[in-house]
Amino acid sequence: MLEPTAEKGTTVDPLEIARWQFGITTVYHFWMVPLTLGLGPVVAIFQTLWVRTGNPQYLRMTKFWGKLYLINFIMGVATGIVQEFQFGMAWSEYSRFVGDVFGAPLAMEGLLAFFFESTFLGLWIFGWDRLPKKLHLAALWIGVAGSIVSAFFIIVANSWMQHPVGVELVDGRPVLVDIFAVLTNNTALTAYSHTIFGALGVGAAFLIGIGWYHLWQRRKDGIDTVDASGRVVVGENLAVPGRDRADHGVWIKSLRIGAVVAILGFGGVALTGDLQAKLMFDQQPMKMAAAEAACQDGTSFSILAIGDVGAKDCSQVVGVLEVPGLLSFLAHGDFTTDIKGVNTLVPEYQAKYGTTTADGTTVNYVPVMAVTYWGFRLMIGFGALAAFAAVVALWLTRKGTVPRSKWIMRLALLGILAPFAANSAGWIFTEMGRQPFVVAPNPNPSGVDGVFMFTASAVSSTATAGELLFSLISLTLVYGALMVVEVTLLVKFVRGGIAGVMPPEDTPADDDTDVLAFAY
Amino acid sequence: MELLPTIWFIAIGLLWIGYLLLEGFDLGVGMHMLVSGRTEGQRRVMLNTIGPVWDGNEVWLLTAGAATFAAFPFWYASLFSTLYIPLVLVLLGLIFRAVGIEYRGKGNSQRWLTFWTWAIGLGSFVTAFGIGAALALTTTGLPLDENGNRVGGPFVWLTPYAVLGGLAVIGFCLVHAAVFLGLKTDGSVRERSRGFVVRVAPFALLPIVVWVLAIQFTSGTIVTWAIVVVAVLAVVFGYVNARRGREGLAFIGIAAFLFAGCASIFAAVYPVVLPSTIDHAFDLTISNAASGDYTLTVMTWVTAFGLPLVLLYQGYTYWVFRKRLTETHLPEPHPVEPAVVR
Ligand code: HDD
Ligand code: HEM
Ligand code: HEM
Repeated sequence: MLEPTAEKGTTVDPLEIARWQFGITTVYHFWMVPLTLGLGPVVAIFQTLWVRTGNPQYLRMTKFWGKLYLINFIMGVATGIVQEFQFGMAWSEYSRFVGDVFGAPLAMEGLLAFFFESTFLGLWIFGWDRLPKKLHLAALWIGVAGSIVSAFFIIVANSWMQHPVGVELVDGRPVLVDIFAVLTNNTALTAYSHTIFGALGVGAAFLIGIGWYHLWQRRKDGIDTVDASGRVVVGENLAVPGRDRADHGVWIKSLRIGAVVAILGFGGVALTGDLQAKLMFDQQPMKMAAAEAACQDGTSFSILAIGDVGAKDCSQVVGVLEVPGLLSFLAHGDFTTDIKGVNTLVPEYQAKYGTTTADGTTVNYVPVMAVTYWGFRLMIGFGALAAFAAVVALWLTRKGTVPRSKWIMRLALLGILAPFAANSAGWIFTEMGRQPFVVAPNPNPSGVDGVFMFTASAVSSTATAGELLFSLISLTLVYGALMVVEVTLLVKFVRGGIAGVMPPEDTPADDDTDVLAFAY
Repeated sequence: MELLPTIWFIAIGLLWIGYLLLEGFDLGVGMHMLVSGRTEGQRRVMLNTIGPVWDGNEVWLLTAGAATFAAFPFWYASLFSTLYIPLVLVLLGLIFRAVGIEYRGKGNSQRWLTFWTWAIGLGSFVTAFGIGAALALTTTGLPLDENGNRVGGPFVWLTPYAVLGGLAVIGFCLVHAAVFLGLKTDGSVRERSRGFVVRVAPFALLPIVVWVLAIQFTSGTIVTWAIVVVAVLAVVFGYVNARRGREGLAFIGIAAFLFAGCASIFAAVYPVVLPSTIDHAFDLTISNAASGDYTLTVMTWVTAFGLPLVLLYQGYTYWVFRKRLTETHLPEPHPVEPAVVR
């Protein structure tokens, strides 16, 4: 799968291991991140509603979703630190090459985002009943804003690798000359909004799936019923903690708010994705050709192609279903302009950027097409699926509860995974489509051309296969184990419902505000 | 003298001192959960003293790392790639510790609690050791060639200096955290912490003193020796006050000791940021490792705006949570049961 530098004989190539490690750790990190980004604002809105209306239902919603938010948040923190260190450890040549530009957004992220995020969430977690209500709410909003700002800076850094701007080449190294050009890179602005909308989709699917599960459970336990005329009769079972009348409202509200957010998120993703595609045609034509597995120039958007889309010479690709003109429309807004295929682009790239890397290895300018082609389609496909499901969910719950069917409930729970999959597929497409470059050049003169670096030259020259294997294996094992722990905890708190996150009614609130609260 | 790189050398020094000062007691509290926590109640009290602040403190490390990347990319690249193995251990330590702090209280079984206690405790030990080794080696040097690349295998970093630095930070964290716990708790934890400082501090602080002196004997100046004297006075002041039970003054003493001790080291090695043990011609210095003036200017503005803000609201957090914790206020465990009809 990680192809471009395969022929290296019998020894394990450190480059391959470093790439696997970067891919695994980053994709993993980006399972926690979109949930944090998507759920955070929702929890903050719930708490705002509670503070404004005093309706205890919103307090329950804040506490329940807030608990899941925190269980997930900490894993994002733990895996993010690995990301920050990894550049210097495994990609030291890269760090030296881009340091003048790339370090700045990372440092800004720390100073202007992570500090806010971690400090104010600490205040929020421990500040219940200790801070004045409005201040406590503000702490959450500031923490959530910190996450959203942090995403901006890291996308700025990543987008600079996709589309270098704001620099000059001095002695073959990019030197920053305009920080505002870097911060307002059009690639960054579109990718950022796209990512935030995608994250909202993740948070929303979470609300829908879990809300659905609890409403279904209430019906199965005979608490809520639907009468002959189709009217929902909300009941309660006071023998079971948390299963009162208000409990029903918590889930139906969460579900329906989730469905609205999901539709919003996926609409935003489609709009911004279109903008991204237009930029990509301009800035990274090879990535777009690879995304289409397009060998010849043409105007058609491929919906389904069979044969070996990964074959380097394109000889085995057979388009099955194509929409003529759509590709041109995506790229230029008309239906007739030809889009360059791989066979046209390779000679252009060779003429501009050479046929070998610094150490004499032949460069293959075509990314792994099976990955880019399917990555692109899986992203859009899973997203469309989730958007459709959200509309259906909104319709099915219009009377106030969910159908009794166990299968639909299972589908709703399974549906939580769809936006995660779309996000992973999107990133794998973006990053693998950039290969063989780690910093991609701009063949069309929209950015600074000539600033580029091959992934093969970016890896630490001193890192041994042994060292890299040690970290790859230990991190992968630890990540795998922690995933099990996180999911187990999430499931436990999901099942616990409201009673699991609200303090028992009969213990008098600790009015001795002279001591610290215990949260751990 | 180059103004901007010097400013950034000082800034990064301050970020590291801030990190050791704040996360120093977080790591130490984690270790104390194994070292001096005897009962579940004591361990919970300890953990909650750092509860609201530990994540914010950890960001000092992230920012120190990222600022090094931004301001001195060559220093960042050489140091991090050479110290690959110890940094992997630090990462694993930080992962277990972070997850442990958040997850420990979310289960009730004895096995769950014991597992996370060890994860937090060992994670803290490993992190402190690795950070100490890295900091010591950046002051005493690594085998680097003319390109700043490591000469030798994955374990060339494993020298007496690395061990010394590791032990120095472990020892410091244990004492610092004991003083902190004395300040933040009441009851048995407070008693035990004070006892720990009085009995153990003179030994636990030895490695850090050796490190400071070793640097002074190789590259000290009048000024740096003067700073060392301040450090010694501060630690004696702290210790005497710890014995007397004046916890606030003891904390000020040990904080001042850390500040002066680190300052003496940074001042002595300036302008070298990472010496090469092969040939001093290959040393990374503030001039050959730094980013361009434009980048440094941008970063200076960002920091001048951001850092005071950080100090302000982190200070506010410590103020909000300034009260002491005791076991008498521990809430009952609240088991989470599935909400289904049984
Ligand atoms: C829920 C997630 C999700 C969904 C439903 C979509 N995307 Fe997406 N997409 C992402 C999540 C995502 C992402 C993970 O967030 C990426 C990876 C990098 C980035 O900027 O966003 C991405 C990248 C990405 C790129 C690559 C940008 C580049 O490499 O520079 C393009 C062209 C699109 N998307 C276009 C679309 C279109 C036209 C979509 C549907 C109508 C769409 N995406 C749905
Ligand atoms: C969080 C979302 C991201 C995901 C899921 C992701 C995913 C990936 C994947 C799968 C690879 C391996 C590609 C290959 O080897 O062919 C990769 C490579 C890389 N990515 Fe990303 N990436 C993300 C964001 C970033 C960001 C924000 C940066 C920089 C700030 C970045 C920097 C890199 C670098 C340096 C590589 C080099 C390794 C390589 O190309 O093989 N990535 N990424
Ligand atoms: C490879 C590049 C990346 C690096 C170096 C990186 C770095 C980090 C670090 C160090 C943390 C922990 C912060 C803390 O301790 O509070 C973190 C968390 C976070 N990251 Fe990443 N990250 C990367 C990719 C991304 C991307 C692509 C996004 C968003 C689009 C993102 C968004 C976040 C957010 C929102 C958090 C805080 C919430 C959470 O911890 O879940 N990161 N990241």
